Amino acid sequence: MGGKKLRVGWFSFTCCEDSTMVFIELMNDHLDEWRKLIEFRHARVLKKNNTLSDIDVAFVEGAITNDKDANYLKEIRENSKKLIAIGACAVTGMPAAQRNNFDQETKNEIQFLIKRFDQADRVRKVSEVVKVDGEIPGCPMEEPIFLSALQGCLKEFGVVNA
Amino acid sequence: MHRDETDIGPEGHIHLEGITKIEGHGSVDIRIRDRKVKYAKLSITESKRFYTEAIVGKPALSLPLMTSRVCGTCSIAHLTCCAEAVENAVGYTPSDQTLLLRELSLYGMMIRDHAMHLYLFCLPDIYGKDSVLDFDDSQNDMIKKAFEVKGAGNNLSKVVGGRAIHETYAEVGKFSHIPEKDAVKKLIDELKDVREHALEFVGIFYKSTFKLERDTDFVSLLTDDYSFRGGDVVDTKGAVIPEGRYWDYVDKVVIPYSEATGYSFEGKEFMVGALARMNLNRDRMCKSTLDSVREYLGAFPSKNIFHNNLAQAIEVVHSIDRSIELLEAHDFKEETPEPVVIKAGEGVGMLEAPRGTLYYMLSVNKQGRIGYGRIIVPTQQNQITMEKAIGELVEQNIDASKERITFEIEKLIRAYDPCMSCASHFLKVKWS
Repeated sequence: MGGKKLRVGWFSFTCCEDSTMVFIELMNDHLDEWRKLIEFRHARVLKKNNTLSDIDVAFVEGAITNDKDANYLKEIRENSKKLIAIGACAVTGMPAAQRNNFDQETKNEIQFLIKRFDQADRVRKVSEVVKVDGEIPGCPMEEPIFLSALQGCLKEFGVVNA
Repeated sequence: MHRDETDIGPEGHIHLEGITKIEGHGSVDIRIRDRKVKYAKLSITESKRFYTEAIVGKPALSLPLMTSRVCGTCSIAHLTCCAEAVENAVGYTPSDQTLLLRELSLYGMMIRDHAMHLYLFCLPDIYGKDSVLDFDDSQNDMIKKAFEVKGAGNNLSKVVGGRAIHETYAEVGKFSHIPEKDAVKKLIDELKDVREHALEFVGIFYKSTFKLERDTDFVSLLTDDYSFRGGDVVDTKGAVIPEGRYWDYVDKVVIPYSEATGYSFEGKEFMVGALARMNLNRDRMCKSTLDSVREYLGAFPSKNIFHNNLAQAIEVVHSIDRSIELLEAHDFKEETPEPVVIKAGEGVGMLEAPRGTLYYMLSVNKQGRIGYGRIIVPTQQNQITMEKAIGELVEQNIDASKERITFEIEKLIRAYDPCMSCASHFLKVKWS
C-alpha cells in the first residue's frame, strides 16, 4: 500500500494514565506491526519531538479540569481528522471528576486550591468540550475494543485494505 | 568568553514545559543570577483529583478498587497497600496463600513497571535516540528482548491478579481467583526465558556513564527477603522505625507552585525508590540473583542518582528469580478465607512501590466506612530532593547550551522515575 501510515496522536489529560499503560502493554505484541503501519505524530509518553498537525486520529485519555486543557483539546481537535475518547475519565469524566459530586462543605474546603491552580468549577468529560467521533470505555480502556477501533482507522485511512 | 544566543547566560532563565517520557505531567522553571541557580522549581502540573477527600464515607471493603485508580502504572501497589491498611484497621490477618499471591502480584508489577521506565523512557537516552520507536534494524533484537521482559511481568500480573492494570482478583482479605496450574506452568517457562534478557539490560545500565552524585538520606523498608513488603523503615543514618510510626517522622512541605505536596524526613530532604532499596537492602535479594549480579553490586552503596536505573534493572532480575522460586515451590489451592468482620479502628499499610515507599493510614468506623485517610506516595517524598538535584545539575553545566541543559534536566528527572499522577492526587486540607 505504498508505505502510507496512519498518523496517530496520543494525548493524556487528568487521569491515572491507565489506558496509556494498556497501550504500552499492547506494544509487547504489536510493536513490529505498529512500526510499519503507524506514524506517531504526537505521543509525549514515547518521545520528545512531537508535532501537533495533520493527525488522522487522536486518542484522548483523561478528563478536562481547566481552561488551559480545554483550549489544548480544541487545538488537538482542529488538527485531527478523527478524535476518539479512551478510558472512563475521558468518556464519562469519572473518577477524575469526583470533586463535581462533593458536598458543599468539602467543595468549600478545596476551593482555595481550585483557585490557586486556575481549575474550572466543574471537571468535564471530553465530549463536553469537543466533538468526539468514537469512545472506548473501560477503566482502563478495553483492549479488544481499542484494537478493533484502531483496525477500523487503519482501513478508513487506506493504510490496510478494507 | 564568547557566548552564543543559545547559551543559558549568567542571568538566564530556563522553562521546560511538558517533560516527556515520564508518567504524568510536570514542568521545570529555573532562574539564574551571577552563574548561580537562584531557584529551580519542579512543578507537578497534573490536576488534583482530591482522592483523600473522595474516600471519606466510602465502604472500606471496596476502597482498594477505588484507590487503585490513583495510578495506572503502579495500581497494584495502591490496591495492595490500601487493602493492608483496611485489614490492619479492622484487625484481620489474611491467609498465607493470600500473602503469597500479593507478593507475586507485586513482583509482576515491579517487572512490568521498571521495564517500561527503563526500556521505553531511559534506554533511548543511553543510545542517543528520541524514542524507542527510532531504534534501527541492528537494534531490533534488543528492543524485542525489552518487550519480552515487560510482557513476562504483564503476564505474571494477569495470571495472579486477573489483569496488570487495576487487577481484578485482589480484595481485602483474599484473592477471588486462584492461579490455574497450566497458566502457572507456562508462566514459569516464560520467566525463565526472559531472565537472561533482563540480565543483559543490567549490563547496559551498569556501563552507562551518566552521573550526578549527591549526598542525601536514603529511606526504604528493610524487608527480610527483598519482597517489597513488611519490615521496618530504615535510613542511611541508622534510623529504624516501625511502619505504624512513619507518619511521626515525616513533615508535609507545601510547595505553592506544584499540585503535589512535598515531604521531608526528620526535617530534611530524602530519597526513596530502587536506589534507596539497593543501598540499604541489597544483601537480602534472592541468592540466584546475587550470584548473577555480583559484579554489578560493587556500584552500591551509590550516591549517583543515575544508579537508580541500575538498581531498577537489578530488581527486575530479582523479581523474576523470586517469582520462579515461589511458583515452583507452591501449589495453589481453592480456599475459603475467614470473612472480614467490620469493626472500628485505624490501620497503616506500607510497602515498597516501584518508585519507593508507599504509606496508607485509614480510619474505619463501625459502619465499615472510611472516616479519614492519609496517603503518602513516593514522588511526593522525592520532590524536594529532585528539585535540589536539578539546581545542582544546572550549576555544574552553566556553560552548556540551553538545548543541552534542557536535555540533561529531562534525563535526570527520568532517572528519578517520578510519577506525577500519583503525586498530585492527594491532599487533605484538614485532618479530622
